[in-house]
Amino acid sequence: MIQFGLWDIARNLALAARWTIALSLAAFVLGGAVGLAILFARTSRSLWLRRAASTHIELFQGTPLLMQLFLSFFGLSLVGIETSAWSAAAVALTLWTSAFLAEIWRGCVEGIPGGQWDASASLAMSHLQQMRHVVLPQALRIAIPPTVGFAVQVIKGTALASIIGFVEVSKASTMITNASFKPFTVYGMAALIYLALCLPLSMCSRHLERRLHVAHRD
Amino acid sequence: MSLIAISGMRKRFGAIEVLKGVSLALAPGEVLAIIGRSGAGKSTLLRCINGLETIDEGSVTIDGAVLGGHERDLRALRLKVGMVFQHLNLFPHLTAGRNVMLSPMVVKRTPEPEARALACAMLEKVGLADKFGAYPEQLSGGEQQRVAIARALAMRPKALLCDEITSALDPELVQEVLVVVRRLAAEGMTLLMVTHEMRFAREVCDRVVFMHQGTVWEAGPPDAVFNNPKTAELRQFLGVLP
Repeated sequence: MIQFGLWDIARNLALAARWTIALSLAAFVLGGAVGLAILFARTSRSLWLRRAASTHIELFQGTPLLMQLFLSFFGLSLVGIETSAWSAAAVALTLWTSAFLAEIWRGCVEGIPGGQWDASASLAMSHLQQMRHVVLPQALRIAIPPTVGFAVQVIKGTALASIIGFVEVSKASTMITNASFKPFTVYGMAALIYLALCLPLSMCSRHLERRLHVAHRD
Repeated sequence: MSLIAISGMRKRFGAIEVLKGVSLALAPGEVLAIIGRSGAGKSTLLRCINGLETIDEGSVTIDGAVLGGHERDLRALRLKVGMVFQHLNLFPHLTAGRNVMLSPMVVKRTPEPEARALACAMLEKVGLADKFGAYPEQLSGGEQQRVAIARALAMRPKALLCDEITSALDPELVQEVLVVVRRLAAEGMTLLMVTHEMRFAREVCDRVVFMHQGTVWEAGPPDAVFNNPKTAELRQFLGVLP
């Protein structure tokens, strides 16, 4: 039997952490892009686009991420598309992230006073021009703290991808535990890795929020 | 021919009919004041002319073109008719100069150097040539409203709608804005303004319209409207004003 020292456990978890980071980044970047498209649809003047966007949001906010991962993994292979655990997890997390980010950002867009829309409309701007030049630049400022805050949820959400066999920190922990019989040590270290990834983001989010409040008081 | 012609305009918000068949015409270069109590439909009328609200019945004709519901029509209309609002709706993330430059650059695709020169000229016109780089929060209310006027003028509109543009200002800042409007009127700009500044309306406007309960109740030259009101409602309205 192979003996697992602390160092072996840490090294293997650290290697697996690369995949947690990669999956988080993919979900956040792609989810942000899709979320932005959904935000535009959600705030557009077309009733159909608005409906489609809110259906998407309700669907992905109203079902567990775990189900979404299962459906993405097994569902895609059901229709003949062979998926790796990586791509299934990336797809599910992207869609899940997009729904939440679109909703967070919609709140920020709606927080911009109606007078800004009136003024830019009266200057003959189109809806897209109003969004691009007037509304989004202002919404972005208030969106940063909750967006960074949500990134923490995404990182923690990647742990669920272990269930479809994607080897990130959580899955690696289970595997190492099975081999080493040291569950407390292994999961404790895994938790520390998550903390090390999330804590800076939470602190950054809180810091940005404080700075924003100060800016508002001026 | 009229520059702006409104005929039989009706507008309701839910169960409340705010405009009950308003007809009004503005000749090029004319300066018209709309007075009346809050809730008389003055601001709604202006917002309908600029297409910020849709109308339920009637028509708006601007410079010979009938205003339809399509966005392209609306944008063509807004190139001809600018608007300044009661609440100083400057874009807070842009400097005064950038506020003025934005729409010419984005909508009319004016090259940046030209837009910059235009913005300088417009800010100069409202007496704020030195405030090009100032952000709205660094400006007083009166200065902000003058930038808003410059911003509307930069689109070279044929007419300007002013919706109670001095109502949100501290009393000592009202005059500097009115001076700018007075100058525009003298230069021949067509102006349609909702205002509570009765003295200003009397001195500057060619015609005064008194709106009451969603209709044009009484209209005429300032002298007739202020010195010789025909209806009891207008007499009462003028009477309760200081």
